[in-house]
Amino acid sequence: MNVLHFINAFFGDSAHWHGYDGIPTRLREHIQYSLTALAIAAAIGLPVGLLTGHTGRGGNTVAFIATAGRALPSFGLLVLMFVLLGLGLTPVMIPLVVLAVPPILVTTYEAVRSVDPSPVDAARGMGMAEPRILFQVELPVALPLILSGLRSAAIQIVSTATIAAYVSLGGLGRYIVDGLYQRNYEKVVGGATLVAVLALVTLGFFWAVARFTVSAGVRRSN
Amino acid sequence: MSGGLFDIPSDLQNTYWGLVGLHLREALIPVVVGLVVALPIAQLCVRLRWLYPPVLWVTTILYAIPSLAFFVVLIDYTGQTETTVMIPLGVYSLVVFVPAIVDGVRSVPQETLDAATAMGLGPVRRYFQVQLPIAAPAIIAGLRVATVSSISLVSVGMLIGNQGGLGNLLNDGMIYHQPRLIWLSVVGTAVLAILADALLVLLRVLVTPWMPRGNRRSRPVDEPEPMQAALEDAVR
Repeated sequence: MNVLHFINAFFGDSAHWHGYDGIPTRLREHIQYSLTALAIAAAIGLPVGLLTGHTGRGGNTVAFIATAGRALPSFGLLVLMFVLLGLGLTPVMIPLVVLAVPPILVTTYEAVRSVDPSPVDAARGMGMAEPRILFQVELPVALPLILSGLRSAAIQIVSTATIAAYVSLGGLGRYIVDGLYQRNYEKVVGGATLVAVLALVTLGFFWAVARFTVSAGVRRSN
Repeated sequence: MSGGLFDIPSDLQNTYWGLVGLHLREALIPVVVGLVVALPIAQLCVRLRWLYPPVLWVTTILYAIPSLAFFVVLIDYTGQTETTVMIPLGVYSLVVFVPAIVDGVRSVPQETLDAATAMGLGPVRRYFQVQLPIAAPAIIAGLRVATVSSISLVSVGMLIGNQGGLGNLLNDGMIYHQPRLIWLSVVGTAVLAILADALLVLLRVLVTPWMPRGNRRSRPVDEPEPMQAALEDAVR
């Protein structure tokens, strides 16, 4: 009766590898939910964070949104949205986006705002337009922190997308929730392992992205 | 189900306020334990610089473990109990606290430490009377993040045998088709989180009487606060 034994049994069972409840299908669903939620959250958090960080205004609003977003319980929000909106992807997307916007927004805001002001002033003195200052001076320096915010959001989404199964959707949480109700511990542990591995892969992915996109100069100075 | 706004089904064997108390206990004990464990670990990381990167790696990986996965794996050891919910929450708090405290304690200027030494403070008194108070804003920033996310995460404990405090209302709301119960859970949890956050802000004002009151932007411009961003990285 240990966890490794269950993991072995789960992954060794060929029935878990095909069909609508197979690992490939559930993995695809999970990744699909996560990417959609991350894309929506980034589309909201990044522009607002860049703008508020660049102008240095709206810090209190950003902090307020972050606190409010974090205070809303994802799981409760999911159930509430399911009851209000019925079955579908929207009730799952709302809590995931609410969860992911605060880390993206706050890190982006802080990252851009904490860029050393002297190169920014130099760029402004040389006559650079504000958008170019933001994208060519501030963004490259702020990139490592911005990526860490995105990474944080992505991992939270991957972890939390598991609860989508509670409101009858797919994803890797299916194994955990079904396994709990069926008292099938092997399934629960198998599902939990898959989610944890997916979260670690996400971590690795963002690490690789940071390696390739952060300029060598910025990396050295850190 | 006539009766008052806060009436809840009898199968929960509790009152609404009882659930609130349960929720707070399940959320706050792990945070306190996490803080107590994090202090020595952080101090070790400050003393031995080489230790910090590997510790940071371990915490980042721990933080990548989803709460539900963490809960269910623990069921095998601690059963469907409160402990099973509190252990992961404690680990997540630890993950938030270690970087917060290390960065906070490291940000104390060397001159300040030298001044304390020159005034005859030993390492222990220097730690408690100089380093910790100066690091207090950073530590409380970590405390806010850990507390709020802990309060929010307790609800998931509902899935492992109704150990989710206010989250227990969610399942009843679903099976009895009572949206009121779900609202009670969501709004109740959010209010708890916001109240706890407000109390911690108040605490920060009380323990740092030397800091400028009110507007955050009143601090010197050349002293940004990358702290908050680094913390955000550690929230789950």
